[in-house]
Amino acid sequence: MSEMTIPIGPQHPALKEPVGFKITVEGERIKSLDLDISYNHRGIEKAVEQRDFNQSMYVIERICGICSHSHATNFSKGIEELMKVDAPRRAQYIRLIVGELERIHSHYLWLGVAGHEIGFDTLFMYTWRDRELVQDILELISGNRVNYAMNRIGGVRRDLDEKVISYTLKKLEILAERTKFYIQLATTEETVIARLGKVGRLTHEKAKSLGSVGPTARGSGVNLDVRHDDPYLVYDEVPFKVVTADNCDVLGRTIVRAGEIVQSIEMTKWALENLPPGEIRKATPRLAPSGEVVSLYEAPRGELIHYIKGNNSDKADRFAVRTPTLANWPSVVEALQGQNIADIPIVVAAIDPCMSCTSRMTFLDTDQMNSWVWTWNELREYGIKWYRENKGISWGD
Amino acid sequence: MIELDVLLVLAYVLVFPGFIFLFGYSFFAEWFDRKMYAKMQNRVGPPLIQPFADFLKLLTKEDITPEKVEKVPYSLLPILAFAAIATAFVYIPVFVTTTPIGFQGDLLLVLYMLTLPTILLFLVGWYSRNIFATIGAYRAVSQLFVYEVPLFIVALGPALWAGSWSISDIVSFQQSHYCLFLIQPLGFIVAIMCLQAKLERIPFDIPEAETEIVGGPLVEYSGRKLAMFRISTDMLMVVGSALIVVLYLGGPSVGFSLESLHIVVQAIIGFLAFLVKTVFIIFLLSFIRAAFARLRIDQMTNFGWKWLASLAFIQIFIIIGLRVVMA
Repeated sequence: MSEMTIPIGPQHPALKEPVGFKITVEGERIKSLDLDISYNHRGIEKAVEQRDFNQSMYVIERICGICSHSHATNFSKGIEELMKVDAPRRAQYIRLIVGELERIHSHYLWLGVAGHEIGFDTLFMYTWRDRELVQDILELISGNRVNYAMNRIGGVRRDLDEKVISYTLKKLEILAERTKFYIQLATTEETVIARLGKVGRLTHEKAKSLGSVGPTARGSGVNLDVRHDDPYLVYDEVPFKVVTADNCDVLGRTIVRAGEIVQSIEMTKWALENLPPGEIRKATPRLAPSGEVVSLYEAPRGELIHYIKGNNSDKADRFAVRTPTLANWPSVVEALQGQNIADIPIVVAAIDPCMSCTSRMTFLDTDQMNSWVWTWNELREYGIKWYRENKGISWGD
Repeated sequence: MIELDVLLVLAYVLVFPGFIFLFGYSFFAEWFDRKMYAKMQNRVGPPLIQPFADFLKLLTKEDITPEKVEKVPYSLLPILAFAAIATAFVYIPVFVTTTPIGFQGDLLLVLYMLTLPTILLFLVGWYSRNIFATIGAYRAVSQLFVYEVPLFIVALGPALWAGSWSISDIVSFQQSHYCLFLIQPLGFIVAIMCLQAKLERIPFDIPEAETEIVGGPLVEYSGRKLAMFRISTDMLMVVGSALIVVLYLGGPSVGFSLESLHIVVQAIIGFLAFLVKTVFIIFLLSFIRAAFARLRIDQMTNFGWKWLASLAFIQIFIIIGLRVVMA
């Protein structure tokens, strides 16, 4: 059969968000692959730079719909570091609890999506049903199912009372039982293993050199976890294991995620039982001093980086986000080489991509090896000029 | 063979148990399948009227023909698929052991008629001039060779045992002796798996894998033509299940003689037996659909030749061996 070029995306049933692949295949085998990301640039960084820290929290929470708490915690943690304020210990525990519950819900969601991508809709229905347990817990804790809005600068917004704790512990027991079932299913069911094992190979060395993070790297045996390597919040107090797998394929990434659910359940239980008493937030100064801070967080998808530059005002002078999905894209291109067309959905899904969280813009001069970003005014002027020249629309002066 | 005049034969072919009945039963079969699938997945599932409502909705939708396709085959193919399956059904005994138009060798005719839809699906993908449809077409036809061979081989089993190529004779044999599932359980299992592949359902829904190639061969179809294909697939499910029922589960026979009863009562009991048995087969198909992930085309080929084909051959050798010993 001759070579064909298949467009997957920007709109395709396998993709929940826009991303473009141009795939050249020979028969069912992939010969080459062209990746086109960033269809969803939302100007989040600039929007944050326009607003003061308290207002920014609302924007930042909406960078991602699944790991909203990760972004909010990472940002408030960074600002607190810049202001040289420590959030109370109880607040840090509550942040950790919500963060781990979020990881459980994110990994459950992923398991369902993975099931759907390999045509196993029953797994999808089951996991999403059980995911409701953790969604209910999160709703009870924060009042919300998606954007929990638990964080504020200097602590958290809501406290946990006895009723919430006992409810959570009870539901986590059921969840732990269900997780055992899914681990057994993912590691023993014949068709699942056939579709996940030896698919999307990413060797240990490649995972390292391409800078993969999170479960993608850990599924290739790279022991990389911000919670362990550079503990933030109270992760140095809570006992847990970094889950890795040596399969170096999609099955490895699945095993890592399933193992992390178990770890997260244990961590949440431990944190709930050892919740220290005390206040849940501190008063913080309105202004952040001049200075820079790089804040790291182990989001469900991997290492999340926020860069914040303060300039003695109540706004960030520069705010930049590097989401784990961006770090994992090169590994997808590597993992898809020589694979089957049928493996594209699951290999792409295996990094748990979050397209809209990823889109950033920067200018790069590869000859001079320097990069720069536009200021708001430059961006605005460019937009006005582009519309005037290309669309004949004048926005006035 | 029952002597019937032309009008009665026409009624048999067009109304009951032919065309109209098949149409209604197909909607029921789709509903039952979807409901069972939903129950197994912990969902509520659709109401009884849903498949019919879907069908009506598709009929009223705009029917778009892409500019570059060849209009005549593009419009003709859905009708051909529909006709082939409807034709196959009239040869299957539904309430008594015989059909008025059955003949020696109608088993082969039915098998070929049931092969046609897949070949037509390949043509559909080919004529659609869409990259996803083309890949779907390739996959449909590569899959065809994998499941069709074992299916034909195992369908030979009941014919060998009953000593006839006529479906009516096979059913009569089971009526007077025992149902062939007892002798040929392997053949039954292979036939079920092949039917699942023929219907392009999980784990063999490779040609229309939604997350990979969008909708497969039917991706360009809409409106009436898509409705035609949808109902054809439902009908194929009914006819395929009915074929397995007559070959292995005795069709309308109930395992003991009903000679003493009135002919109408006999027919009603036979018909009910037929319904229960086909619904059971559809339940098995739903169960398989809920229990597995989709295979890749190479895994399907492997599975088909390694397991389905060898099991089918083993079954045939067992039958021949038993025949020789008994003779």
